Order: sequence, then structure tokens, then C-alpha cells
Amino acid sequence: MSATTLGSPLLWSLILPILGAICISLSGRRPNLREGITLTTAVVLFAIVARLLGPVLAGERPELVLLEPFPGLPVAFRVEPLGMLFALIASGLWIVNSIYSIGYMRGNDEKHQTRFYVCFALAIAAALGIAFAGNLLTLFLFYEVLTLITYPLVTHAGTDKARAGGRTYLAILMGTSVLFLLPAVIYVWHLTGTTDFRPGGILPAGIDSGSVTILLALFMFGIGKAALMPFHRWLPAAMVAPTPVSALLHAVAVVKAGVFSVVKIVVYVFGLDALTGATDWLVAIAGFTIVAASVVALSADNLKRRLAYSTVSQLSYVILAAAILAPLSVVGAALHIAAHAFGKITLFFAAGSIYTAAHKTEVSQLDGIGRRMPWTMAAFGIGALSMIGLPPAAGFVSKWYLVSGAMAQAHWFALAVVLLSTLLNAAYFLPIVYRAFLRPLSADAVAHPHGEAPLPIVLALCITAGGTLALFFFPEVPLALAQQMVMTP
Amino acid sequence: MNAAEHLPALQVVLPLAAAPLAVLIRHRLTAFLLVLAAIWSAFAISVLLWLQVGDSGPISYAIGNWPPPWGIEYRVDALTALVLMLVSGVAAVVLPYSRASIEHEIASDLHYLFYAMFALCVAGLLGIAITGDAFNLFVFLEISSLSSYVLIALGRDRRALVASYQYLLMGTIGASFIVIGVGLLYLETGTLNMMGMAIRLQGLTGDRAVLAALAFLTVGISLKLALFPLHQWLPNAYAYAPSAVSAFLAATATKVSVYALLRFYFSIFGETAIFQRLPMADFMLLLALAGMFLASTVAIFQQDLKRLFAYSSVAQIGYIVLGISFDSVTGVTATLVHMVNHAVTKGAIFLLLGGVMLSLGGITLTRVQGMGRSMPLTSFGIVLCGLSLIGVPGTAGFVSKWYLILAALEHGQYWLVGAILSSSLLAVVYVWRFVEVAYFRAPLPGDEVRREAPLSMLIPAGLLVVATIWFGFDTSLTVGIASDAAQELVRSGR
Repeated sequence: MSATTLGSPLLWSLILPILGAICISLSGRRPNLREGITLTTAVVLFAIVARLLGPVLAGERPELVLLEPFPGLPVAFRVEPLGMLFALIASGLWIVNSIYSIGYMRGNDEKHQTRFYVCFALAIAAALGIAFAGNLLTLFLFYEVLTLITYPLVTHAGTDKARAGGRTYLAILMGTSVLFLLPAVIYVWHLTGTTDFRPGGILPAGIDSGSVTILLALFMFGIGKAALMPFHRWLPAAMVAPTPVSALLHAVAVVKAGVFSVVKIVVYVFGLDALTGATDWLVAIAGFTIVAASVVALSADNLKRRLAYSTVSQLSYVILAAAILAPLSVVGAALHIAAHAFGKITLFFAAGSIYTAAHKTEVSQLDGIGRRMPWTMAAFGIGALSMIGLPPAAGFVSKWYLVSGAMAQAHWFALAVVLLSTLLNAAYFLPIVYRAFLRPLSADAVAHPHGEAPLPIVLALCITAGGTLALFFFPEVPLALAQQMVMTP
Repeated sequence: MNAAEHLPALQVVLPLAAAPLAVLIRHRLTAFLLVLAAIWSAFAISVLLWLQVGDSGPISYAIGNWPPPWGIEYRVDALTALVLMLVSGVAAVVLPYSRASIEHEIASDLHYLFYAMFALCVAGLLGIAITGDAFNLFVFLEISSLSSYVLIALGRDRRALVASYQYLLMGTIGASFIVIGVGLLYLETGTLNMMGMAIRLQGLTGDRAVLAALAFLTVGISLKLALFPLHQWLPNAYAYAPSAVSAFLAATATKVSVYALLRFYFSIFGETAIFQRLPMADFMLLLALAGMFLASTVAIFQQDLKRLFAYSSVAQIGYIVLGISFDSVTGVTATLVHMVNHAVTKGAIFLLLGGVMLSLGGITLTRVQGMGRSMPLTSFGIVLCGLSLIGVPGTAGFVSKWYLILAALEHGQYWLVGAILSSSLLAVVYVWRFVEVAYFRAPLPGDEVRREAPLSMLIPAGLLVVATIWFGFDTSLTVGIASDAAQELVRSGR
């Protein structure tokens, strides 16, 4: 490796979390030092990733080739706008998540905290590997690493329930990726002799539409992390994990790695033009997933379960937006990755905050809790607004682009789905806010007084709620990145 | 005459001579050092031979200066070099490990015998790979087999004797079939030299005796390589042998038989187009698939970890044979790559299991529960190797699977892609049985304290674990040699 690659922020952004993980595991006996290292690593990592932003916006595409396991097919990285956006979200929210974790893990006296922080750092490394992957092989490598490294996090509690959840998690994510994603990757290599991500796609011009449809199906169902029905069950199953893990898994790293891969493959492997007419079934399935998951969420009383199904539904927004194939809607897909990340992490933080302070997990127990935990529930309200897609929250911006794209293509089915799901979203989020602020405290709650959660928790969820609002008022950076993605020929 | 010219002979002679010397000395430390020197030199020689082949092409060496076809020819090409390095390399790692390992498994007055038999077995396996003479191949096969019967019988468990006896019966049947096959070929061609046979067989394509020879050789070698359904000897042999022996045999014995099969099919019968004229491919495909699915399923229900991974070996042999059935460069490359990758992975697993046996005194799933806490390094090593068995990217197993699927796609057999991948999901199930037991159950009373195996066992095992990961990223060595060898083989078959 030459001196220039050693100095590149790209390389360091991949190495740093691994170094951090090593230091964390060495400092396991001294919790303050351990958490200090976690936070420092997260902040430095974000600074390094942010250093890539300027050059990428200016049109540069930093590259890095690590190894070449197959002749002509290296483990390589290339920063393009969409990956830049995902990397910024993942590394930025890791800082906030670390602050939150400190409050949550200590507040709930969780065991094996060192293992938790180590796996967390490695999961971020894997997420960045996915974000910066320069070809399908690299993407697949880090995709599988991310599944494996988050397995100990999902099963953190070590109980039978955790083990069962872990089994579902692993079986679906591993099963879909091995059975569908891997053959799709190898088939692309077999067809084209390359797996690089290139603007406009890499499939040969004369390929028949049957092969395109099969490949697309293999990719879409193979990326189980995007939770397209019927492969969504891992997501609620993984709810057995501690809340910071749920926040990471279901808002930032894992699910976003899924939909990020979907958008990346649609844009850079197939190309929007090559897919014309081949995505109707995908629009239909994504639409079905959006509505069906919302209906399930409506009937779920457990707060984390409701959030999980809301995630399933919101992920399919991204898939739907990509499948519409209009440049505007693809911009919406990219923006929604960012918007949903901030909104959903706020909601999970709030759920964990309620659990830590009041030990409540069900929606029906939340009467009047907003009066005791005003910060938490206000943040929850902002997150809910973003999920529904109302101003002044980030979700409005992404939905705006999604709807504009659907209109441009005259895709009435997609519009109907978005409209219906907006109503459903409102129907399962607003009652929680209503309960929290307007219903009187139950007798049981009066008997057990409690206040707000510990400061790190409240701080973290206020930051992400603020972020959700900020993305509405200042969407310039994600918007510029998303537009670069679709504009470069 | 300089020493470099005689490397092919020294490759076999050094370990072969070390064996009787070890018996004569009868002192265990001296015997160990002697055998160690012989085997490490053998490894160095195999590397030198590989470099020589890379520089100047295949080497032909006439034993005792009798030129072939009168004398025995030793012949080193890319394929031979690969197998030589694999066998001597694994032996070089396992032998230092065995010193601490057999301490608890074999009575100390028998140690010198263990080293002698180990050297003999290595010599036999190296001989099979290097010889260019069909009958000589049989002789070396018997040397390696007889010594491995003794090695297995040295196991501490009394069932080792039965296992060894079972293997002896099956192995002898296999060897007899092979010698009958070689005899028939000798009758038909009048030579025992492999190259000579290959040339003379071209004119004998429809001959019944040649077909009979092919049938005898196929069944005989399949017995030795434990192709489903001729695998019954393998699980017991691996389960009850001393740990070091299990590791060595799992990594090398069946792999050398794969080599013999490739030699006979492609180098000797190659010109007679057996794959085109006979339903060989379908036959091998069927047995390979049956092995992949049935043996993996059986593995899922094993309680004893050594047996579990032994059945997994039978399944993995299915992948190896599947590659042969494609009769293409990519297919044979996949076979050879998986031969090496599986050898390294399984070798590592059995070495680690030996450490578990030593520390915990048993390796049933109920005995090892909670070992994620008592033996963290060992458990993590087994998990990493398990991931390679599954074929997770970043491990050696992924590279094998990649080439296997590519070969299936080249052949246009899309359903096979599904079959290969579904069977690898069965591997997830049996590997995860271990993961859940090791990490989700509390250790048995008395196991809570950390007690890894001694370093002299951990380091060799760790080396192979590192190789398992290394070959998942840097394939210049494995795929590089394998594709050269595959091109030579399949070209000779065209």
C-alpha cells in the first residue's frame, strides 16, 4: 500500500472502528475508560467520514483496493454520493447512540457491556464497509459480516427468548442472502465479468427481460435486511435485543444497509433505464408490505413491536420509491434513508427511555406519561410526525419527492398506497401522543412515581429529535448527494 | 549430480527413513525430533519442488536411474506440487501439536511408535501424490493405509479398535479393487507407467476390460475417499482416533484419494473421453448431491462433536466430487480449491477439538456447554472454521463455493446452484448447534474457570485457523495453483 492510501480518510474510516473495538475490549475492566474510548472513536470517525464529504460533493470519487481474492474481482471501495450519505448517517448517529447506550446500559444494569460495545463498533465498521463498497463482492462480504456481528447483540440477554429471536434473525438474513443474493452476485459476474457499481448500470445491453426480472427478484428478496414481505419476520424477532441495539439495528445500521443496498443496486447495477417495465411486481409487493405492516402495527400493543412493524412499512417506502424509477422518486428514496433514520432512532430512544424510567413496555400503559417525561414524549411526537410525513419533520421532505416522482410517472397505485399508509401511520402514532399528554395518569402509575430517564438518554433523544427537525429546514446536503446520484450519467 | 535433482526422491525417502529409525531409537523425545526434522524438511522440499515446477514445468525423475517405462518414474506437475505441499504442510503443523496431545491419549512407552507410524503415513501419502507409476501408487496407498489403521487403533477409547478394524476391512476392499483395476490396465496396456497407459488407452476405447478396470478403480478409490454411500468407516475412525490423528487424516487422507481419482480419470483415462461416452458425470453428481444433503442432515443430529464434523466431512467430500462431475476447468478448479480449503478448515477444527478433549475430558454437546466462557479462544476458532464450512464470505469456504457455483452456471445447470446453496444452509444448522451450546448455556460446575489448551496445541491450531481466513482473502496460492493444475488435467482429458 502506498503512502497516499495510508493517508486516505477512506481507509481510516474502515480501520478506526476496528481499532476502537480492540481498545474497548482491552479496557473492559474500566467502564469509564471503555465508554470514553467508544465516544472518542465515534467522534473521530464522524470527523474522518465528514472529511470525505467535500471532495465527493465536488465530484471526486475516492477509491481504494484492499485485496484481490478472485482474479479481476477485488475487495474494493469507492465513495459515491449515496454511500457518502449512508456513511454520514451511520457514523453520525453512532455518536448519539453511544451517549444513549451509556445511559441505558448503566441505567438497566445490563451484563456483558464490553462485548456489547465491541460488537457495536464492529457493526459500524461493517456498515461503513457496505456504504463504501465499490463492487457487489465487497458489498456481500460486509453484508454477511454485519449479520454475524449483530447476532451477539440481538441475543445479548442470553435467555431462551433471545436465543429463539436470534435463530429467526440469523435464519432469515442468512438464508435469503445465501439462497438469493449470492447467486445473483455470481450470476452478474458470470454475465458481465464485472461486479463494479457504475452509474447507468453494468448489465449488457442485449440482456433479455426475463433474466432482468429474475435477477431483480433475487436481489430484492436476497437483501433480507430490507425486510420486504414475506422476509420481514426477523425484524420483530430481533426486538428481544436491548433498546440501543434495536435503535441501531432498526434505524441505522442493519435495515438501512438493506434499503441502501436496494437503491445502490437498482441505480448502479441495473440502471434506471434498463429496468423500465420490469418493476411493476416490485411496486406491488412493496406497496403491499407498506400497508400490511401498518395494519399489524396498528394492532400491536407492545411499543417496540409497533415500532418494528412501522420500520418494515417505512423500509418499503424506500423500495417503492426506487421501484417507481423516476429520478425524483429515487432522490426521495435516498432522502428517506436519512429521514427515517433520524425519526425512527428518536422513537426507539423514547421507548427505551420509558422502559428505563418507568419500566413500561406496552402502549396501553402510557396514559399521562407525558407529564412526567415531557422531553421524552415531545421527542416521540416529533419522531411520529416524521413517520407520518408531516411538516416540520424530515419525513415530509422525502415523501414530497416520492410523491412527485410517482406523479411524474403517473403511478396512481403508488400514490394510493402512500395516501393510505399516511392515514394508517397517523392512526397508530397519534393515539400514543394523545394518551401521553391528554389522558390522566392511571392509578397504578400514580402509585409508582418516576421522573425523566437519566441525562445521557434524554440528551441523546433530544439531539436526534432536533436532527429530525433540522433535516426539514436544512435538507441541502442530503439533497445534493441524492441529486448527484441520479444526475451523473 | 547435485542435491536439487534428487528432491523428488528425498520428498518421500526422508519421512520413510525416519520411521524405522524412530522404531530403532525407541526414545520418545529423540524419535519426535527426528520425525519433526524429516517432516519439516519434506515441507521445505515440497515448496522447492513447487517453485521448480513453476519455473521450468513438470519434473520427471527416474528412480535408481532406470528410465520409464522400465523403472519407476516420479513426476511432479502443478497438481502434484499442490498435494505435496498440502500433505507435508498439514503434517508439519500437526506433528508439533501431537506432542502435548498424545501425552494424555497414548501410553508414553508407545509414543515412539506413534511418531514412526505418523512418518510412515506421511511418506505413503506423499508417495501417492508424487509417483508416476500406477502400481507404485497402490503400494504407497497401502503404506499410508496400514499406518493409519495403527494410528487410529492407538486411540484411548476402546471403540478405537473397532473403528480401526472397520476401516481396515473397508480400506482393504478398496485397495483390492484398486489393485485389480491397475492389474487389468496392465494387462491391456502392458505398462504401469501412467503416461504410457494414457497413450495406449486411446486405441482401446470400447474394450470391456478397460471399462472393468475403470469400474474397479472408481469403486476402490471412492471407498478410500469416503464418497457417499461408501463412507461408513469414516465417522468412527475420526471420532475415536487420537486427536492429532483425526486432524491429520481429516485434512489429508481423503484429499489424497481425491488426487488419485483425478489422476486416473483425467490423466490416465483422459484421452478415452469417459465423461463423454459414459454416464460418469450423472453418476458422480448423484452421489455427490446425496452426500451433501444426507450427510449434512445426519451431522445435525450428532451429539459427539468429532462425529458431527466427521459427517460434515462426508458432506464436504460431496462438494469436492461435484466439481469433478462438471468435467470442466472451472469445475476441477473448484474441486482442488475446496480440497485445500476444506483440508485447512477441518484440520483446524479437529486440532481445536483435541484441545477441548484435553481440557474438558469430553466433546459431546452436553459436555462442552458454556465453553464460550471457559475456552474462549478455542470456541471462537471453532466458530470461525464453522463459518468457513458454511461458506461465509471472508473465509476459505466462500472461495470454494464461488467457483463451484460458477462451474454450475457455466454448465447451465441453474437448479444445481440452488442445491449447493441449500445444502450449505444445512451447515448453518449444525454449526449453530455448537454456537448455541457453547455460548447460551452455562458452563458445567467446575468449568467456570478459564482453561485453554496448552500453547503448544493452541498455536498450531491457531495457524490453521488463520490460514482458513487468509485463504478467504488471498487466493493467489490456492486458486493460482488449482487453476493451473485444472488446466493441465482437463487439457490432457481433451
